[in-house]
Amino acid sequence: MNKDHEPRIVAFLCKWCSSAGSDMAGVSRLEYPPNVIPITVMCSGSVSPIYILSAFNLGADGVLVSGCHPGDCHYIKGNMYARRRMALLKELLPYLGLEPERFQMSWVSAAEGVKFTQIIKDFVAQLKPLGPQTYLRRSL
Amino acid sequence: MRKKIGVFVCHCGINIAGTVDVKTVAKELSQYPGIEYAVDYVYMCSDPGQNMIIEKIMEKKLDGVVVACCSPNLHESTFRRAAQSAGLNPFECEIANIREQCSWVHKDKEKATEKAIKITEGVVEKIRWNERLQPIKVPVTKRALIIGGGIAGIQTALDLANSDIEVVLVEKNPSIGGHMIQLSETFPTLDCSQCILTPKMVEVSKHPKVKLYTYSEVQEVSGYVGNFQAKILQKPRYVDPDKCTLCDECSQVCPVVVPNEFDLGLTGRKAVYIPFPQAIPATYTLDIEACPGVLPIACGKCWDVCEPKAINFDMQPEVIEEKVGAVVVATGYDLYDKKNMAEYGYGKYPDVLDGLQFERLLSASGPTRGKILRPSDHMEPKEIVFIQCAGSRDPELHNKYCSRICCMYTAKHAKLYKHHVHDGQAYVFYIDIRAGGKGYEEFVNRSMEEEGVLYLRGKVSKVFEENGKLVVWGVDTLAGQDIEIRADMVVLAMAIRPSSGAEKLAKLLKVAQDSDGFFAEAHPKLRPVESLTAGVFLAGVAQAPKDIPDTVSQAGGAAIKVVSILSQPELLHSPLVARVNKSLCTGCGMCVEVCPFSAISLHEDKAEVNEVLCEGCGTCAATCLRAAIEVKNLTHLQIYDMLGVYLGGLR
Repeated sequence: MNKDHEPRIVAFLCKWCSSAGSDMAGVSRLEYPPNVIPITVMCSGSVSPIYILSAFNLGADGVLVSGCHPGDCHYIKGNMYARRRMALLKELLPYLGLEPERFQMSWVSAAEGVKFTQIIKDFVAQLKPLGPQTYLRRSL
Repeated sequence: MRKKIGVFVCHCGINIAGTVDVKTVAKELSQYPGIEYAVDYVYMCSDPGQNMIIEKIMEKKLDGVVVACCSPNLHESTFRRAAQSAGLNPFECEIANIREQCSWVHKDKEKATEKAIKITEGVVEKIRWNERLQPIKVPVTKRALIIGGGIAGIQTALDLANSDIEVVLVEKNPSIGGHMIQLSETFPTLDCSQCILTPKMVEVSKHPKVKLYTYSEVQEVSGYVGNFQAKILQKPRYVDPDKCTLCDECSQVCPVVVPNEFDLGLTGRKAVYIPFPQAIPATYTLDIEACPGVLPIACGKCWDVCEPKAINFDMQPEVIEEKVGAVVVATGYDLYDKKNMAEYGYGKYPDVLDGLQFERLLSASGPTRGKILRPSDHMEPKEIVFIQCAGSRDPELHNKYCSRICCMYTAKHAKLYKHHVHDGQAYVFYIDIRAGGKGYEEFVNRSMEEEGVLYLRGKVSKVFEENGKLVVWGVDTLAGQDIEIRADMVVLAMAIRPSSGAEKLAKLLKVAQDSDGFFAEAHPKLRPVESLTAGVFLAGVAQAPKDIPDTVSQAGGAAIKVVSILSQPELLHSPLVARVNKSLCTGCGMCVEVCPFSAISLHEDKAEVNEVLCEGCGTCAATCLRAAIEVKNLTHLQIYDMLGVYLGGLR
């Protein structure tokens, strides 16, 4: 397995907290690996599990979903739905032959630039030893 | 027909160009399928930058614009306005964030450039499917409903009425005034509470723009911002306010005595009563729960003596419908139930009082006419113990939060006690002194220094009676000593709880409550008077414990927020809302259940979105098993296309 593989990560960030939190990381000029490409969605509750599986299908090595802290959802309870959905999805992944560590959910508020940076750093470090994700990858 | 898309890459001085090779980004993008034009410029948000975008839109007949620059939170509206002035729909302009999410967080220029290209390409794919949308227009009813007639509600009502907005003020008690009218004097200036509140009460009741419903409760609120319909239940008071002359004859003959809520049970009142002399509306009320019977045959003494014939046993509850454009929740607080604090002996010993009862003792219009006397034997207490944080800041047993006003009113109580009982001694048990307000710290210091109030840092474990004295067992953590005080009276600074009806009201207004039961504000710092439900605002302690100055400020804040809605000829609602694909919808109703805003309903077995209520969160889109519902301009297809670009599947 190629240990030098640079994992490709897609991060679904909710507009109100986590995307703003990643902006805060930028404003504070905190550095993190460029392996992650963000997709800003309205709410973590709008992230369908299909999006995540599609990302793996398209060859993502890791997928992150990040929302407001539980109880702070801009839409009252969208992140609660996300939390339940994502917990189930994570349990499903091993049955698909995928390491559950390739998928992560986090809570990052608009002020938590440092936390966001750390999450990305840790996630990249966690994914590197796993090498490229091939189980769900669509053969082109 | 494929959209003609233009890409505009901003250098942001060196903010972007320092880490991202913007020339390469523009060059790569110019070769991307469907891109009509791509260019980089040093400051896109500057006037020449914006003018360039406008010119190119017209010159190249672009129908999609992607600006690769800073976060959309900063300049999305700038560039959308620019695009609009060139004749585009604002939703044909999107931002690719290559500053906060790329150039500022990376150092490796090659990789950052690669990432910036991907981000921009992803947004290009998204914009291909963007629809031209128009804001949803909603008419506005220029009236406001205020729930709660305490100082918060009164102040909001006055501010609104003086802005020429009609106000419906609903109060559940027979009189407006709330808790503030019960207080004796207010910290830190020691103004008489009644003296400063009653003029406002009179003003609000006489204001031509205010419709006052006392002894009434909001039963139902339907509709949405700009167009609410409220059902208000007016309880019968069995006394005609227009005829009542306040002669007090009825009360004198009434045989029933029940505890007086206004004096918190320190005195009794009759079944037919006026809560306090300055009550507004100035009328008696017949408490039908206490009255022996509506039938004149059962008692009817009051009816016999009432000369103006104001008493009418035939009054019925009435449900009134009011149309309003905005709602302000100003329901205030209740004290924490003292039954939960058995260790302090409340209810067991008559001389253990709560803060509000002590206010009544201090009040010139109170049960003792302002003399401090023990309820048990009417003796003047020579030693008095105040216990702060009774039920506050105790996450294990009681409430985890700080009730904010108790430090101050306890200092006031101790000070006023000393003004009345010069040879008395006051003790205060406290955890910390929180005197964060203008003149507050000085006020507490004066209590300690001028009045010789003894502040003991520590908690009280037990209060019990022995030989006619209340024995207080506590600890002084600064001296490291156990303390025993044989006191004549104990006053508990009880925690503040959301008003008893708060939960029911939150449900019927669909407003969130925080974990402590207070109404949740939309944002703890930037939107403290708005609720998350559009058109519903918060004022006063209903939102969180606060003192009178803060309540009055928040009430004014809520009023201006209401004005900012009601002053518009019509409201504009974001068109980024959910849409149902009826051919895919099976009417399973899962989206109806998960929608946090109750914006979806089933009609003929198909989901239907109320676009005015929908906030576009997309929870429904992730729930629907058949992808039959999705949010406009962030559809499943758009997400898949973005993923395709980011992961290299599409090219």
